[in-house]
Order: sequence, then C-alpha cells, then structure tokens
Amino acid sequence: MSTITPEVVAAHSLTPDEYQKVLSLLGREPSLTELGIFSVMWSEHCSYKSSKVHLKKLPTRSQLVLLGPGENAGIIDIGQGYGIAFKIESHNHPSFIEPFQGAATGVGGILRDIFTMGARPIAVLDSIRFGPLDDPQTGPRNRRILEGVVSGIAHYGNCFGVPTVGGECVFHKSYDGNPLVNVFALGVIPKDKIFFGRAEGIGNPVIYVGAKTGRDGIHGATMASDEFTEESKQKRPNVQMGDPFLEKLLLEACLEAMYTGAVVGIQDMGAAGLTCSTCEMGSRAGTGVEIDLQYVPQRETGMSPYEIMLSESQERMLLVAEKGREQEIFDVFNKWGLDSATVGFVTDDGMLRVRDHGVLIAEINNRDLADEAPIYDRPHTKPHRNVPMEAPAFASTDLKADLITLLSSGDLCSKKWIYEQYDYMVRTNTLAGPGGDAAIVRVKETGTSVAISLDGNGRYCYLDPREGAKLVVAEACRNVSTVGALPVAATNNLNFGNPQRPEIMAQLVEAIEGMADACLHFETPITGGNVSLYNETLGEGILPTPVIGIVGLLPTQAPVPSRFQNEGRTVMLLGGIGSSDEVHFGGTQYAHVLLKQMWGLPPALDMDLEKNVHAAIRDIVAAGLVESAHDLSDGGFAVALAEASFDGIGATISLPSSALRPELLLFHEGPSRILVSTTSPEEVSKLADKHGVPAVAIGTTVKGQVVIEGHLSATVEELHQPWATALESALHA
Amino acid sequence: MKAFVYVTLKKTVLDAQGKTVTQALRGMGHAAIADVRQGKYFELTLAEGTDAEAARKEVDQIAAEVLSNPVIEDYRIEFGE
Amino acid sequence: MKAGVVVFPGSNCDHDAYYAVTQNVGAQAALLWHQESQIPSDIDAIILPGGFSYGDYLRCGAIAKFSPIIGAVKKFADAGGLVMGFCNGFQILTESGLLPGALIRNNNLKFRCHQVGLRVETTNTPFTNAAEKGQILTIPIAHGEGCYTAEPHVLDQLEAEDRVVFRYVQNPNGSLRDIAGICNASRNVLGMMPHPERATDPLMGSTDGLVVFRSLLSALVAK
Repeated sequence: MSTITPEVVAAHSLTPDEYQKVLSLLGREPSLTELGIFSVMWSEHCSYKSSKVHLKKLPTRSQLVLLGPGENAGIIDIGQGYGIAFKIESHNHPSFIEPFQGAATGVGGILRDIFTMGARPIAVLDSIRFGPLDDPQTGPRNRRILEGVVSGIAHYGNCFGVPTVGGECVFHKSYDGNPLVNVFALGVIPKDKIFFGRAEGIGNPVIYVGAKTGRDGIHGATMASDEFTEESKQKRPNVQMGDPFLEKLLLEACLEAMYTGAVVGIQDMGAAGLTCSTCEMGSRAGTGVEIDLQYVPQRETGMSPYEIMLSESQERMLLVAEKGREQEIFDVFNKWGLDSATVGFVTDDGMLRVRDHGVLIAEINNRDLADEAPIYDRPHTKPHRNVPMEAPAFASTDLKADLITLLSSGDLCSKKWIYEQYDYMVRTNTLAGPGGDAAIVRVKETGTSVAISLDGNGRYCYLDPREGAKLVVAEACRNVSTVGALPVAATNNLNFGNPQRPEIMAQLVEAIEGMADACLHFETPITGGNVSLYNETLGEGILPTPVIGIVGLLPTQAPVPSRFQNEGRTVMLLGGIGSSDEVHFGGTQYAHVLLKQMWGLPPALDMDLEKNVHAAIRDIVAAGLVESAHDLSDGGFAVALAEASFDGIGATISLPSSALRPELLLFHEGPSRILVSTTSPEEVSKLADKHGVPAVAIGTTVKGQVVIEGHLSATVEELHQPWATALESALHA
Repeated sequence: MKAFVYVTLKKTVLDAQGKTVTQALRGMGHAAIADVRQGKYFELTLAEGTDAEAARKEVDQIAAEVLSNPVIEDYRIEFGE
Repeated sequence: MKAGVVVFPGSNCDHDAYYAVTQNVGAQAALLWHQESQIPSDIDAIILPGGFSYGDYLRCGAIAKFSPIIGAVKKFADAGGLVMGFCNGFQILTESGLLPGALIRNNNLKFRCHQVGLRVETTNTPFTNAAEKGQILTIPIAHGEGCYTAEPHVLDQLEAEDRVVFRYVQNPNGSLRDIAGICNASRNVLGMMPHPERATDPLMGSTDGLVVFRSLLSALVAK
C-alpha cells in the first residue's frame, strides 16, 4: 500500500504537478524520506524556483569578482593576494516565531556561509524591520520581537567574536506580523586558499563535523516558504537553537583543517541540513555521494532516517577529505573538542545514496534535486499599489516641531540602544562603527579597508518597485562613497510577499530589473544573495523590500566623520539643493511620519548625476578637503543637518531662493546630495566642477545652534535630546 | 539515582534578573508576588551501582567547587530517582 | 618583553591582545594553548584575554579555571610573575581565586559596548606605574557580566590596601564602589573589565590603553 497520499504530498508543500515531476524523474514512487528530501530541495528557499528566471538579469561580473553567485558566498579581489567573501541572508520567518533564536541562528547561518569558503569573518551588519512600537494593538508584541531579535544577534555575534558594525532598523505597519531580519557577513580570505562546496575525487571520504544531529527545525526550509497563518505559531518546535560557542570552535577547527591541505571540499549544513549539503556538493562536482546514517553523530535516540536527513541542527559542516588523510582532520577537530566522523564517500554515479545500517533508504540523482527543481515564470501584471498619485492637501504650521517629530520617529531616531548591545569593536578593525553613513573595517592582512552599507526602502519600492530599487542601490553606493570608498560589489536580499499573486510577482520582477540597471550603472555586480518570499501574514503582504549590501574599498586612514567638527567652517551641499514636487514627496519620511500617508512616486533619480556625485565626494575626501561629510537620505536636508550637528557644532544656513515650498525644501528626499563642512570651499567647488556636480555654499558652522534662515531655529540640544532618547522611551512605554 | 542541584545568588548579592521578573509580574497585576529569585538547576544522573554515600560526597563537592561560586552563590542538593 | 596570551576555547580577544602587544606596543607575544601545563621560560607576562571561554556557560570563567594552564598561571603568579586579565580574563581570575570577588550580570541586564572613562586609582602597580593618579583614561568596555561584587569587608580591604586600580567615572554595570579593575595583595595580578588592548591604536579612537603596557614594560626592566 502506498504511504504517499495526495495529503502527504501537500503536507510537504509540493504541488500535484511537482509530485508528477518527482515520479517521472525517479521512475517510481518515492519513499517518505525521499519525498522529504525532494520537498526541501525544491522549496522556494532552496531552489529559488519563482525568482530564478529573473535573478539571471542581475549583473554578476567585473574584473574584481573572483566568485559570483552559486557558491556559499561571493568573493571580491582586494589585492595583495587577498579577497573578501560576503553575503546577506534572511531569517524572517524563524525570527517571528522565536525572535531570539531565530535571529541568533540567522547570524550563525551566514557566518558559516563565509567561513566554509575559508574566510575568517570580520564584520556583520543587520537590516531589521518591525511593526510600529507604538501601535495600540500590536505594539507590545513588536517591542518583544525587536528586543528578542536584538539580543539574539548580540548573543551570537558577541560570543562568536565577530563585530556587528552597522545596519538599519526600520518600522512599518506591514512588518507587524512579519518582521524582516537580514544578516550580512563579510570575511577575509587568501586568494589561493578558497574552498568550494564540491565533492571531488571518487572514493574520497565524506566527513561530518561539528554539533550532533537532533530533531531541530525539521522542515524549517519548507516553513520559510509558507505564508504565516495562526497555525504557524504551533510550528515552534521547528525553530533551531544556536550555540555560538560551538560555532566559534567550528570556525577555528575548519580553518585549521583547511590549513592541513587535506580538505578537498566543504559546505555548511544550513537549510535542509544533511540533504542539501550532500546533494549540492555532489551536483556541483558532477559526482555522487553515498552516506550511511548510522555514522552520523546523534544527540537524540531513535531518530528516523527522515529526521536525520531533514534535521536543521546548527553548527554542522560536511567536508570531503583526501583519501588516507582522514586522521589529520580528526586530530584537528579533536583538539577543538568537536565531533567528526566519516559518514560516507564520493562515488562516480551522480547519485545521492542514503543507507541506514547498510539498508538503502534513498537513492536520487543529485542533479534532480539540486538543478531539476521546477522553475516558474510566474505571471506578473502591474505591481500592487493601493495609494493615490495626487498629494493630499497639507501645510506645516511649525517646521521646527516637524523636524523634532521626524528626529524622534522610529526610522530616524538614534539606534544606540540597539548597537551598544553589540560588540562592534572586537578584532580591533572597526574604523567606523554603527551610526554613520557606512561602516568601515580595516583588513589587517592588506593594510587597506572595506566600507559597507546596507539599505532598503519599502515605501519607495511600494510606490514604484523599479525606481525604488534603483534608489536603494544609489543610496547604499552614496553612503559608501561619502566615507571615501569606491563601491565595487553588492549582495541583495529580496524580501517580498506571495509570488503566486501576479501583482506581487510584478513587484519582484520590477525591483530586480531596477536593481540590475542600477548595479550595472554603479559598477557593483551582485555576487550572491538571498530571496525571501511569502512574507505575508493573514493575507497582508509586506511592503516590497529589496535590501542591498554595498561593499567599497578604501585606504586605511582615519575616517571622515559625518558630524561637524569645528565652528566657522563653510557648509556646502554637494549636488545642490535638488529638485522635487508634491508627487515625488509621497514616499518621504515627512509624508509617512507627519502626514501618515503615502502617495505619488519615490524621489526622481538621475543615475548619471548620482554617479558623478559619488566620484566627486571620493576625490574631495581623498584630497582631505572636508572635515565632515554626511549624505542626505531619509528626512532630507533638515534631518541631515540636524544629525551633522549632534557633536555640538551646528550651523547657520541660508538656502538659495527656491521655488520649492518650505516642507519640500527642507524635507524632500531627492538623492545625489551630500552635506560637507570645509575650510577650503573654493577647492571643493573646483573638484566638484570637474565632475560636473554643483557644490553650493549654504552657511557656516556655529556652536550649539541649528538655524535655517526664514524657516527654523533651534538649539542642538533641543534636536539631539528627542533623537537620542526616542527608541528607549518607545520600548519602555 | 539522580542528584538535583539548585544554585541561587546569595541573598546579599543583587539579582538583577530576579528583580526584573518581579517588576514584570507586578506590571501584569500579580500583586501577590513579593519577590522573585532566579537561579540555575542541574540534573546529575549517577552511574548505576554508584555507592549512595560516596555519591553524596562527590555531588556536594561538585556543587561547591564547580556548579556554584561560593563568593556569590548558594546551593542546595536533593536526591531522587 | 614577551607576553604569553592564553587561548581558551571561546577566547575571542586573543588575537587582539597579540596584535596590540606586537604591533602597537612593539614587544613580543606568543599564544599559549589552554591545555599546556607549563609556561615557557621566555614568557615575561601573561595575558588572559577577553571572549567567551567555554561559551560563558555555567558562569563566566567557571570552566576555564579548570584548564591545565591555570595551574601554571598560578605558579607563575606565586613566583611574582605579572598576570593581566581583561574582561573574560578578569572573570577567570576571580573564578580561579587569583583575585577576590566575582563578576555578575550587568545591572541593566544588557550587554554593553562603548567607550568609558576610567580613573587611575593607584600608580603603585606594575600595570599603572607610567600613569598618573587620578588620570582619566578612555578605554572601551564590551561585556554582559561585568558587575563587580564582593563582601563589604573584602571591598574595604581592597581600598585599605590600595588595590582598587581603576574606577569607572560613570558606572556602566552596577559594579560595587564603581570598581573596574583590581590587583592582588602582591600587586602582580591585575584584573579589569575594560579592554586596554582595544585602545592602543589611534585608528581605534583611543591610545589610552597603551599606558598599561608601558607600565608593564618599565616594571619588567626594573625587575
């Protein structure tokens, strides 16, 4: 009698058509274990089946790209024999179900992706999004989720010993039941010691290392691809538990084992655990892998083959060693007190063959699992949007009060309460930590540094996914350029709703295309990333939220601060005051926070001007011409000016006459603008000119005051205090 | 046989976690809760055939020297199946 | 000077200490594995680095104190050798009884990472002889369990014997009497929660930690 009923197939999140494909690939009915293996490998999370056809549109190459998408992380050449490996990944659904462990294991997973390549992680950044903290219904839960996520990130990163150097924290109603937790990690790797997840060499032993296997997170990978329902709270046992101490030992042991020269290939066991690592390593190398589950170190007794194959226990790796050199590997892992065991060997027949005490349990072609997953070109229509094009009537009565309200709003207020829980200094490489435009970490091995910025903007992308995605890339590149770095590469995390809805699929398609255009234009190929779909709760989708991580290169030097340093300096706006109108004002923080509405279009972006501004600020910073540089983004000019004054030195500003109404003049979010202070305004202008970029002198720095003539006047303290305390007050409301 | 070891902070040492739980419970309206002390719980399974008297001594030594720090913590041991 | 930096499973500031000593202080250093039971004869001073030895499971430093090298460190200290524990290293020193008191959960229950002002309370130690009494150093902290606690009579004794080496200007964790660092009665073992090794390079925002290492160098020369 068949155990594989249509209900069993559905419970494994496979459609009837997908099951038919399983039947025809196998030429027989699968066993339950085989069905489980197909279901995780063909899940959205592992197969990218809804996004793959569109992801191909992204640029992935440049002279600096050593390794593009497809491996555990992308790698960029930074010269002198070294590369940097980096990637971003989401842990959205697990972080909703169990915020602390969900976020912690998110950090753990991306760190393994980095060190499985042979790179030592030197920086982590997080892009996190929550529902509003002050919502009368959902506020208490959102606060709990935020506190859990932050302590989970802190717990894992701090103990592991990687600095958490920056990121973003954003609030919107659409993330109420579906927080976003995207974690970026970056590591340094010698170019001649890059390891791949490949099972090469017929007859070579397959060795399991790290934590023992338990019943953690079984079917986590399929869970991450399901919409949330009330029952998903019942899925709590699916969430994996992280052990950062064990991961730290695993890092040291893996790097040491790689150093012996006995390691042929290595891959971490992430989503879909042993299943994914065995068939992917075989598939990439064009080989087969045969394992016997009796040799897998187990934490619990009585685990079935199904459970062992699908377990998502953390802190485990699978490696292929050179035959005859197993003992060298075992010695290293013994030294670090970790389990290691030969569980199988590499074969020449391309099959994943799983035995349990010799009895055949599963036998599937590796490629059928890793490469033959169904690929969908899902129908896409016009991107979903449910807001008007025209602006509502609005008029400010008090611009200073508006500014203070903005500065104390969730997205703009100080995130110190969060980042002080992260050890952002360990490894003593952090030149610029959290709170600036971009984080900067030095690479001791090369004497150069890396700047990193993570950015996303769900409101822009909701109004226009294509232009919104371009703006997100532009801003991240601007952040990195503002600290003097040349943006060279990117990684992306695409957080969207249900792709089976044509209007949501359209958001994804247009955002990818916009991102592709921008990444091509700014010469930042995407070397890897992650797609997280089905971010919906009870039928409500999140704002389309593509998050980009941009990596830039710069010399190791004292960083240019984002805040004014001395009185009596000329304040200049590189890129000019910019242009806007009411239609392009509907995605701004002003519209969101003060008018509580969304309309129209995101700010207009001129990518040529934007790129020239980046080049100009890099030249200006390299020439040592500015004492401070801060890019304009959320909240526009007035917010950037306030932020630049928070070391106590403000400015008296006289803006050139403009046709813009005051709310737009002060708060529009037109891109391509950077606020600098300098003793050499002529030279700044000259260099800006060279790039065809306007540089307008708009005022002078003064002690303790922020004055925009004709519009507002405040003391620095009046602005700083609400900004500095807002998050903590909101959390303890 | 099993040994159950309870480790708590000494009364004289500030128990920041316990205090926070107390406040949270008060906030939820549990007025009957005057104080909460948070601690650790260990379950030691003794090998079969272990001599009971010897085990008591050994567990006491482990509790005193490993599981607790006498500078800040007290412990209590129970035995059972 | 050659400093021995002990590596426990879970130490994660070991390389930072090594780097600070070799690159920023201009001395020599060696990493010592926790399973070693002897301190090599060319080692002049021992550093127990920060991190999460054994994951800080059970209690911070509670398992590390049973490592073979701790016996060797005790012998080294008994013979007058200079020993410094930073952060997790301080926790290991109190757990192993080389220093009095204990470090418990920060009073706000949160891990805290930021620069603090640290007042030098005594220059009568091999770790502060190059500083000035009352001098304020800017040195970062990064810990979740740095609240120094001890019986009142122990605190009184520390003060009476001039063994409080550093105090926080603004107490970040609830430490009793604002204590950030102490030494033993023989004054050759120092424990402190802040990280002087992270403040030895102008690019890291402060070089105030160098004074600890400079003091050490001059103490060794005088020896």
